[in-house]
Amino acid sequence: MAAVASPTSLESAPRIMRVVAECSRSRARAGELRLPHGPVATPVFMPVGTQATMKGITAEQLDALGCRICLGNTYHLGLRPGPELIQKARGLHGFMNWPHNLLTDSGGFQMVSLVSLSEVTEEGVRFRSPYDGDETLLSPERSVEIQNALGSDIIMQLDDVVSSTMTGPRVEEAMYRSIRWLDRCIAAHQRPDKQNLFAIIQGGLDADLRATCLKEMTKRDVPGFAIGGLSGGESKGQFWRMVALSTSRLPKDKPRYLMGVGYATDLVVCVALGCDMFDCVFPTRTARFGSALVPTGNLQLKKKQYEKDFRPIDPECACPTCQKHSRAFLHTLLHSDNTAALHHLTVHNIAYQLRLMSAVRASIVEKRFPDFVRDFMGTMYGDPTLCPSWATEALASVGITLG
Amino acid sequence: MKLSLNKVVNGCRLGKIKNLGKTGDRTMDIPGCLLYTKTGSAPHLTHHTLHKIHGVPAMAQLTLSSLAEHHEVLAEYKEGVGKFIGMPESLLYCSLHDPVSPCPAGYVTNKSVSVWGVGGRVEMTASKFMAIQQALQPDWFQCLSDGEATCDETTSIKRARKSVDRSLLFLDNCLKLQEESEVLQKSMIIGVIEGGDVMEERLRSARETAKRPVGGFLLDGFQGTPTTLETRLHLLSSVTAELPEHKPRLICGVSQPDEVLECIERGVDLFESFFPYQATERGCALTFSFDYQPNPEETLLQQNGTQEEVKYVDQTKKSKTTSCNQEMTSFEINLKEKKYQEDFDPLVRGCPCYCCKNHTRAYIHHLLVTNELLAGVLLMMHNFEHYFGFFQAIREALKSDRLAQLKEFIHRQAS
Repeated sequence: MAAVASPTSLESAPRIMRVVAECSRSRARAGELRLPHGPVATPVFMPVGTQATMKGITAEQLDALGCRICLGNTYHLGLRPGPELIQKARGLHGFMNWPHNLLTDSGGFQMVSLVSLSEVTEEGVRFRSPYDGDETLLSPERSVEIQNALGSDIIMQLDDVVSSTMTGPRVEEAMYRSIRWLDRCIAAHQRPDKQNLFAIIQGGLDADLRATCLKEMTKRDVPGFAIGGLSGGESKGQFWRMVALSTSRLPKDKPRYLMGVGYATDLVVCVALGCDMFDCVFPTRTARFGSALVPTGNLQLKKKQYEKDFRPIDPECACPTCQKHSRAFLHTLLHSDNTAALHHLTVHNIAYQLRLMSAVRASIVEKRFPDFVRDFMGTMYGDPTLCPSWATEALASVGITLG
Repeated sequence: MKLSLNKVVNGCRLGKIKNLGKTGDRTMDIPGCLLYTKTGSAPHLTHHTLHKIHGVPAMAQLTLSSLAEHHEVLAEYKEGVGKFIGMPESLLYCSLHDPVSPCPAGYVTNKSVSVWGVGGRVEMTASKFMAIQQALQPDWFQCLSDGEATCDETTSIKRARKSVDRSLLFLDNCLKLQEESEVLQKSMIIGVIEGGDVMEERLRSARETAKRPVGGFLLDGFQGTPTTLETRLHLLSSVTAELPEHKPRLICGVSQPDEVLECIERGVDLFESFFPYQATERGCALTFSFDYQPNPEETLLQQNGTQEEVKYVDQTKKSKTTSCNQEMTSFEINLKEKKYQEDFDPLVRGCPCYCCKNHTRAYIHHLLVTNELLAGVLLMMHNFEHYFGFFQAIREALKSDRLAQLKEFIHRQAS
């Protein structure tokens, strides 16, 4: 891709992704990210540790699970404890003592999730703090400034995010503004050698808008691209089509990060569609509600049916929770006020997600990804043909049939 | 089980309890403490994080209040509570109540005692109690007992007498039921000394309980406020004087460092470790020093730091009530305070625990301010390790005949 005409754009962003194997049918790829804090195998699921902590588990536990990249959030950390303090603590890595990679979101998503507390203008997003009522302006420049202080290995542009169910001119406005904000972020970025700035493709559920965004943003030579504005309330049918459109127009030699995707089925399908990186609060959040992820779905361990179930959550799982504890004990503990119950499940659910991605990757490398997908769907839905129709269609669109 | 004393100095017993556990090869040091648990798990900690702590005691305390309502499940499980909770290697002691959240009073009868779980009250007759212990299969368990003689403001002699009578009756019943249970042959009943604040009744309880084939003794009813403990210490000495030397003495409800030392001097061997948990729940880290013979340079540095902290705490101590209904002590610092926001020191300089080796006060402060779960995990890891270190220091001080120095050092920090 030719570098953009703007004088302040990156001339040649580093190629941080090495594609190791490709599926000959679908768009699935196995790769390796080369990041400042070490290599990361892809496809990768990145757990979300919003406020400089993975909720309830230590950095050492997370490392022991094999996690090599996780998320922090600019909006939250920008407020508490603030970038100045984090800089004094030797960046986010130093502050939370995480030796591996960090990716920080720009604060864009909070525009949607905290919509009642925010106001968007060309300048940036004005937020009213829920903690003390103070107003802050998060501009592209400010977002990058905070992320530069945080020192994360991958930083995200500030994008103008609208809810995926939004229609009308606002979607187009947001898409074009995101392009302008991308350029402002690139210009403001003080540490391109240490931190990789990713662009975020917007355009909602409108194929034309998304195509325009893709065309424009891929002119900028950033190290990676995220597919944003999805994983909200849109239908799965619309969702997969936008993902597929995006991956078809994104460069092959740069990572594709699909934001906010974390359900197992969605991960497998979107790998098939050509995505490399994923993040989602779902696995860790659902753990804290007592739900354990398994290949057949999930176990709501608080329910009475598990009271005397002395098996581990998953006999195939090598995580510390499954090695030591039964569903019955976890059920008992979940009904107490000992927070350890939540941590047991958080550990397991992260292990589940990472193990899934590992298995996906191995199948791509070993040239049997389509079989893997069929097996996966069979286990999850009882029979590959019983998998949801959107997934069947999405897979079919890239040459994978489910029997 | 065999308790061998290395020495007894000014009433303090230093020794080991050997041949413990199902395989008879475990040992416990005395004076010592038991690992505090809630519903069979150390608070906030998984097996992984618990095992990062140095010096975890060989014996963990389980509470019947958290486990009684699950007795059906445990009975069906058959393999005992140790395996059920994922602590098959640990020695286990089952107490009646949780020292942190004592039960409402007024539910002891001649025939039964009640405990409170999440599902409500569980009433236990001696048979039900023993049936539950059969399902749990702990190494030691507190016998069913009447601990309510000290619940009222004024203890009546009549009530004190009743607590002794009832507890002895329960004990005899439970011993009989134990004889009839094959499963419980490997478990030891801990006899409970009651009697309220009435000397005569306390002595009677001690003498009578000592006549029974119990494995050890629990000194009940000495807990309360710091002032009530002081007045009861006299009773405590008299009670332990009546007890056989070669059986362990446990006390419930006493966990603060200064109170622990007072009790050790009066013949107590084993304590509960809920104090570090209470500190954790109020966002505090234990920082009291038990290094009573540090190098001179360190002393100067520590003293300057300690003095400032103690001054600050004195001013604010009165206004600190916590969710545990317990005030912050001068053995700790409150990480929620703004002054820790930019403090990049560990909780305690030189502490070898996971938290101090990896994190700063500023980080813990941030976790507390943002209500993050990890705050509890890290504080619990530090507080337990610090507390277990304190007990190690006690044993070492006793060994080298320096307990008086340690005691004075601790008392300086208690004011």
